Amino acid sequence: MATFRPLLLAGALFLPIVLPTSAQDIPIGEFASLTGGAASFGQSSHKGTELAIEEINASGGVLGKKLRLITEDDQSQAGQPATIVRKLISQDKVVAILGEVASSRSLEAAPICQQNKIPMITPASTNPKVTEVGDYIFRICFIDPFQGTVMSKFAQSKGWKKIAVLTDVKQDYSVGLSEFFIKDFTASGGQIVKEQKFSSGDKDFKPQLTSLKAARPDAIFIPGYYAEVALIAKQARLLGIKVPLLGGDGWVGDSLLKVAGNSLDGCYLSCHFSADDKSPKTTEFVAKYQAKYGEIPDDMAALGYDSAMILAEAIKRAGTTEPQQLRDAIAATKDHAGITGTITLDAARNASKPAVILTIDKGGFQFVETVKP
Amino acid sequence: MATRAKTLLATTLLACAVLSIFAGKINPYYYDILISIGINIILATSLNLVNGYTGQFSLGHAGFMAVGAYASAWLSLTFGYILGTHSAATTATFLGALTVGGLIAGLAGLAVGIPSLRLRGDYLAIVTLGFNEIIKGVIQNAEPLGAQRGLGGMMQHTNFFWTFTFAALTVYVVLTLVHSTYGSGFLAVRDDEIAAEAMGINTTKYKVLAFVIGAFFAGVAGGLYAHFKQFVHPEGFNFLRSVDIVVMVILGGMGSTIGVCIAAVLLTILPEVLRALAHLPWLPEWLRPIVENRMILYSLLLIILMIARPQGLFSGIGLKRQKT
Amino acid sequence: MADQLLEFAQQLINGLAQGSIYALIALGYTMVFGVLRFINFAHGDVFMLGAFAGLYTAPKLLALFGGGPSLPGATAVLLVAMLICAAIGILIEKLCYRPLRDRPRLTVLITAIGVSLFLENAGQYAFGVDPQSFPEIIVDRAIEIPETWGAISALTITIGQILVVGVTLFLLLVLRFVVLHTRLGMAMRALSFNPVAASLMGVNTDVVISFTFGLGSALAGAAGILTSIQQPSIDPLMGINIGLKAFVAAVLGGIGNIPGAALGGILIGVLEALVVGYINPTYRDALVFAVLILILIVKPSGLLGKTEREKV
Repeated sequence: MATFRPLLLAGALFLPIVLPTSAQDIPIGEFASLTGGAASFGQSSHKGTELAIEEINASGGVLGKKLRLITEDDQSQAGQPATIVRKLISQDKVVAILGEVASSRSLEAAPICQQNKIPMITPASTNPKVTEVGDYIFRICFIDPFQGTVMSKFAQSKGWKKIAVLTDVKQDYSVGLSEFFIKDFTASGGQIVKEQKFSSGDKDFKPQLTSLKAARPDAIFIPGYYAEVALIAKQARLLGIKVPLLGGDGWVGDSLLKVAGNSLDGCYLSCHFSADDKSPKTTEFVAKYQAKYGEIPDDMAALGYDSAMILAEAIKRAGTTEPQQLRDAIAATKDHAGITGTITLDAARNASKPAVILTIDKGGFQFVETVKP
Repeated sequence: MATRAKTLLATTLLACAVLSIFAGKINPYYYDILISIGINIILATSLNLVNGYTGQFSLGHAGFMAVGAYASAWLSLTFGYILGTHSAATTATFLGALTVGGLIAGLAGLAVGIPSLRLRGDYLAIVTLGFNEIIKGVIQNAEPLGAQRGLGGMMQHTNFFWTFTFAALTVYVVLTLVHSTYGSGFLAVRDDEIAAEAMGINTTKYKVLAFVIGAFFAGVAGGLYAHFKQFVHPEGFNFLRSVDIVVMVILGGMGSTIGVCIAAVLLTILPEVLRALAHLPWLPEWLRPIVENRMILYSLLLIILMIARPQGLFSGIGLKRQKT
Repeated sequence: MADQLLEFAQQLINGLAQGSIYALIALGYTMVFGVLRFINFAHGDVFMLGAFAGLYTAPKLLALFGGGPSLPGATAVLLVAMLICAAIGILIEKLCYRPLRDRPRLTVLITAIGVSLFLENAGQYAFGVDPQSFPEIIVDRAIEIPETWGAISALTITIGQILVVGVTLFLLLVLRFVVLHTRLGMAMRALSFNPVAASLMGVNTDVVISFTFGLGSALAGAAGILTSIQQPSIDPLMGINIGLKAFVAAVLGGIGNIPGAALGGILIGVLEALVVGYINPTYRDALVFAVLILILIVKPSGLLGKTEREKV
C-alpha cells in the first residue's frame, strides 16, 4: 500500500495535461500570496486582477479569444514563486505573468520570466531592482525613490523642518521609502530628529512612540502598512503626540480608518488613487468591486486591476501573443487611463505616473494635490 | 557491510551521472520538483540524524540551511570567477563555496549544540527554534547579505547530478555513521541519556557531533537551494520551513533513513499535487481549505500521525539495526 | 534630566501594561507544564481565539447594556470570552492531548505544534486573513493627571493600561485563592508534585487536568480581550509572537511556578519596552530569545523555580 501512494500522487500530477485545455483562449498566469503572512495584500491584488479579467471577457475578450487566468498561491513563502512560475510557463504555457506584491518574491520569479522571455508585470513591487532584472519585467506602480521624495517635498512645502521617521524594517517597501525620504529631506536642509523602527505584526508601539515624542518633531513619517499604521496613530494620540503623521500608499486599506477612528485626522499620505475620487472610472470600479467581493477596494486591488488591464491593452495593440511583440507592446504603454492614475511606462519599464496626496478628515479621505513625476 | 555500502554508493553515483543526461531535458517545472526532492532528502536525512537517531529534538534546522545558503551564495557571488570564467572553473568555485558553506553551517551547529547540551526535550526544541530566529535576525540586519531585500544573482550551478550526488553522499554518511560504533553512541543517547553516561559514554561528544554533522549537510542543502532558485530571502528559512522538514522526519519515522527519504519525496510532491487539485472545478467545498492551504493539511497530518502512528509511516522499512 | 526621567517612567508604564498581558498568558503555560510536564504550543492561539470570541459576541453583549461601550458591557464580553476559551482549551486537551497521556513528551509537543498551526491556518480560513477592527467595548483614553501634581502630569496613562494591570492583578488574586484554598487547587498542586501519588490518593487526574487547561485558557482569553481594548486590530496570526514571548516569560520566572509566571511576564514586558525605546527595536524578538537561551543555560529552573533533580 505504501508503495502505491507515491505512484498515485505522481499520477495525479499529470492530470492537468489530461484535462481538456482550450486552444480558444489566452492563458495568463498570476502568482500571489493568497495564504500566509502576506495574504491580505495577495488576496486584494488577486481580486482586482480577477475583476479585470472578468470585465474583459464579458466584453468579448481580446483578439476574439477569452483570457484564462491561472492563479497560483505562493503562500507568502520564499522558494515557491520560482516553482510556480516555472509551472505556469512550461505547464500552462501562459503568454504573460502578473505578480507579485512583495518585491522579494518578484525578485525570485523575475529571472525565470526573463530567461524564458515571458513578460512579467508586477502590480505593486516597489524595489527598483525588480525591473533591473531584464527587459521582460515591467512594473505599474511607483518605485521607492519617487514616492519617498514626494512626501519629503510635501513636508518641506508645509514648512516642517524637524521630522521623525518610523520605519517597518520587515518590509522592503517601508525601508526603501524611508531611505529616499530621508535623503531628500536632509539634502534640502531639513533635519531628521529621530528614527525608530518596528516590524509588521507588532501591535504595541508605545515604546517607540515615547522615544519619538521626546524628540519633539514637527511631523512623523510612517511609511508602513495600514494594519500597523492604524494602531500607531491611535497609540500616538493616546500618548499625547499631536503632530501630523505622513505616509505612503501602504496606508490605503479597508480597516485603516475603522481601527484608527479619528486618530488620523489631519494626516497626509501619498498614494495612487482615492476611493473617494468622484471620477466615473473610479466610482464604477469601486461599485463593481464592492458588488463582487463585499468590500471596498484598496490600493493593491486597484493595482491588480490596472496590471491586468494594461496587459490586455498591450495584447490588443500587439495583435498577437508572440512574446517579443507582446513585450514591445507593453513597453510602449502610454497614457493608459488606469484606476491608479494615467500610466506611462518609461525606459526603465517603471510606471511614470502622478502621485496623489490625500489628507484624512473626519474619518474620510480628502484630495489635496497631485504631484507629477 | 562497509564494502557493500560503498558499492551501493558508487552505483548510485553512476546512476546519477547517467540520469543527469536525461534530467536536463524534462519539463522545467518537473525539473524544479526533482531538484527540490533531492534537496529535501538531504535536509530530512540530516535532521533525522539529530532528531531520530540521537533523540535531540531540533526545531531549527532551517537556520543551518540558511547559514549554508547565504555563506555559499555570498562566496560564489564574490569569488565565483576567481579561477576563471570557464564552466569547469566556475563549477569548481561553486563546489568550493558549497563545501565552505556547509562547514560554516557546521560551526553554527557547534554554536547551537554546545549551549543546548544540558537541555532536554521541550526546552531543547524551543532553544533550537530560538537559534533559528536569531540566525534569521542576524541575516535580516546584515547589509552585505541583502538584509530584508534578499540576495540574488547566483548562477544556477545546481543540477540533477550535484543534487543527487550530495543526496546519496548524505544518506551514505548518515547510514555508515549509524551502523558504526558512533551509531551505538547516538542511539544510546536517544534511548537513555543517564544510563549512557553511567556506562561511560561521552554523551556530550555524540550530541554535539550529531548537531554538527546534521548542520553541515543542512548547509550543503542550503547552498544547493541558493544556486537553484538563484535568490534567497531570510523569511524562506523561518520556523515554518523547519516544521516542513520536521514533518518529513516524523512522517518517515524518526530513526529510519529510508523511511525519511520516502517521506521527503512524498512531501515535496504533495504541495504540487494539491496545487493541481485546487484547480479542479468539481472539488467539494469542504475540501477546499485543505487543498488551498497546505498548512491546514500539514497540521492535521501532524496531529493525526502523533495520535495514531507516532512511529511514522515507513519506520518498518529499511536496513534494520539490531534492537538492543 | 527631568525629561529623561519622564521618558524612562513612561517606558516603565508601557512595559508594565504589556507585561501584564504576557503574565496572563504565561500563567497558562506554567500551569499546564506543572501538571502535564509539557509546553502547550497552542496556548498563544487560544489568546487569539479569545479576541475573536470578543469580536463576535461584543455587539450582542453590549446591546444588553444599552449599546455602545460601557463597563458592565465590557465585563460581560470579558467573562464570555473567558468561558469560551476555557471550553476550547478543555476540548483541545480532550481530543488531542489526552490520548497521548502516556506517550513520550516529545510526541505531545509535536501534536501541540500541529494544533497551533491548525488553529492559525484554519483561523485564516474561517475569519479571513485581513486584520479586523475590534469593537469598542470601553472607551480607551488617557486619563487627565492634574497639573498640580507637577511634572508627572506629562506622563500618559491610559484607561486601557489601568484596566489591564488592574484586571491582571485581580485575576492573579483569584488564581491564588483557587490554587491555595480550594480542593481543585490542592489537587492541581498534588498532581504537579507527584502524579502517581496524587492519583493513588484519589485525585481524579482527568478532571484536574481538564480544570487546569480550562483555567489557563480562560486567562489567555482574558488577555485577548484586554489586548484588543488597547490594540483594536485583530487577526488570526496575532497569537504567535505574543505566545512566544509569554512562554519565555514563563520560563524566566520558573516554569511550573505561578508567581514566577507573573513576575516573568512583567520583567519581559519592561525589558522589551526599554530595549525598544532605548536600544534597537529590530532586535525586539531576537532579544526575547536571547533571554530564553541565557536563562536556560544559567538557571534553567528560572528565577523563582527550584532546581529539579532528575531521578533515574
